[in-house]
Amino acid sequence: MLEGERILMIIYVILKRTFDTEEKIVIQNGKISDDGAEFIINPYDEFAVEEAILLRDKHGGEVTVVSVGDEDNEKELRTALAMGADNAILINNEEVEEKDQHTTASILAAFFEDKAYDLILGGNVSNDNSTGQVGPRLAEQLNIPCVTTITDIEIEGDMVTVVRDAEGDTEILKTSIPLLATAQQGLNEPRYPSLPGIMKAKRKPLEEIDYDELGIDEDDIESLTETVTVFLPPEKQAGKILQGEAADQVKELVTCLHKETKVI
Amino acid sequence: MSKNVLVFAEARDDELRNVSFEALGAAREIANGGEVIGAIVGADNHHLAEELFHYGADRVISAEHEVLSDYTNDGYFQAYLQVVDSVSPDVILLGHTSLGKDLSPRLAARLNLGLISDVTDFEVEEGEVIFTRPIYSGKAFEKKRVKSGTIFATIRPNNIASLDKDNARTGQVEFEQVTITDLRTILKDIVKKTASGVDLSEAKVIVAGGRGVRSSEGFKPLEELAEELGGTVGASRGACDAEYCDYSLQIGQTGKVVTPELYIACGISGAIQHLAGMSNSKVIVAINKDPEANIFNVADYGIVGDLFEVVPLLTEEIRHMKVGV
Repeated sequence: MLEGERILMIIYVILKRTFDTEEKIVIQNGKISDDGAEFIINPYDEFAVEEAILLRDKHGGEVTVVSVGDEDNEKELRTALAMGADNAILINNEEVEEKDQHTTASILAAFFEDKAYDLILGGNVSNDNSTGQVGPRLAEQLNIPCVTTITDIEIEGDMVTVVRDAEGDTEILKTSIPLLATAQQGLNEPRYPSLPGIMKAKRKPLEEIDYDELGIDEDDIESLTETVTVFLPPEKQAGKILQGEAADQVKELVTCLHKETKVI
Repeated sequence: MSKNVLVFAEARDDELRNVSFEALGAAREIANGGEVIGAIVGADNHHLAEELFHYGADRVISAEHEVLSDYTNDGYFQAYLQVVDSVSPDVILLGHTSLGKDLSPRLAARLNLGLISDVTDFEVEEGEVIFTRPIYSGKAFEKKRVKSGTIFATIRPNNIASLDKDNARTGQVEFEQVTITDLRTILKDIVKKTASGVDLSEAKVIVAGGRGVRSSEGFKPLEELAEELGGTVGASRGACDAEYCDYSLQIGQTGKVVTPELYIACGISGAIQHLAGMSNSKVIVAINKDPEANIFNVADYGIVGDLFEVVPLLTEEIRHMKVGV
């Protein structure tokens, strides 16, 4: 082990393709429809990509983005390459019939098994299923420390100082490499891909592998949970616009809140 | 079919959190005649543990070790595992809090369990537990079940009713000294947030500000209103991006998803991402200058007007009401 400043870092980012936050949700045949939907890099994963690039630029090394999904994920992986990541890997899981967070984490664990890495970064939660499970599950399967919802990270040699958001409290933690950390808002401001970045990204390596090339036993990745049904919340009715002078509106509002809805 | 349900309770600022009582309430129903075991982990929780009986626990375990005075993932992970091991529960419930989110996936991975995160409702049908949880930040919901074996879920604060406190329910707290080795991550310092102690996810009342607040000072009247209502202040992404307030206050699709009893949106236009984070609140009040603002489409009550005029009037009126009644 080298003392002092680490000069080269091997960084991976686990990245999910998700619906654009602008999208309305439509249910068709009992499933969420993705017909004509716009997709993006999950916003929290975008913080992770940005941080990986910043750390690489500071310490030297390489950033590889990894996504588990179908061929469509290439678009988001290219975006990450255009932001500045060096390599991209798509692990195709289309053939897996019953998937949940356990499935994804186990596929990733199989992928990382024979890899050398210093840091694995991801978002703390995705904006679709929002379970926040894959990162910590993966860390446990790899038997490395995990810190969630980070807002700052400093690396010196093998030592890592992490600032973490815990419901508004700020925790300062010391840990070490190899580490898995998940990004919280406030970590950084993700860059937009530049035009030269986009041009360069076209020539950067994007490797596609099938999950079954990872030597996985089917039984080990089968989902442990299942979705019974999906549904939309009842449509919210537009309510009452109060009339009159501000003082009258406020009086009426307080009466309504106190007597009608009894929330105050 | 009866089940033994293990609830991990959580304390904050030396008080048990409401979500722990809510989880006990859920546990009571899921147990269906089985045993509800409340567990709390820490350095010294003698004084808190007994309260778990009052809210529905049949057995209470206080798992202790001196290094557990503050939360660390590694320390609590080991303690939780030892409690699970000693109890062998059919169901494990935690709050979907900062701690629950940090710890539960790791526990699930170690125990090779499915985990249903962020549950807002549940039903028990012929011994099977079906959980409801929001997806796409509340734009839709899904019902989920664990296929087989131990059921593991985290409960979102503020959504499931706790039982009424019953001081007559009591018992002997079982103390368990846990073994903690190999802390790979060490807590160096905690900076407590300066704002009111009520967490956004557990707040009954939220007064949220958007770009219309115009500056960090602009949050003052909102804070006063929140204080008068015993609530807390939140914000839209616009207000956070403009640096009027900290990102930890952000409500929306990126940010926190909240379900308070009362949500008062001040100077918030109501972008779809923000609505995703708050539209499942019980009662929504919108105050905005622009009568066309999208926020009025989800508001139960709307006031078209200047928040700097309306909000202080509202604070005053509520103060009057409280004195008057």
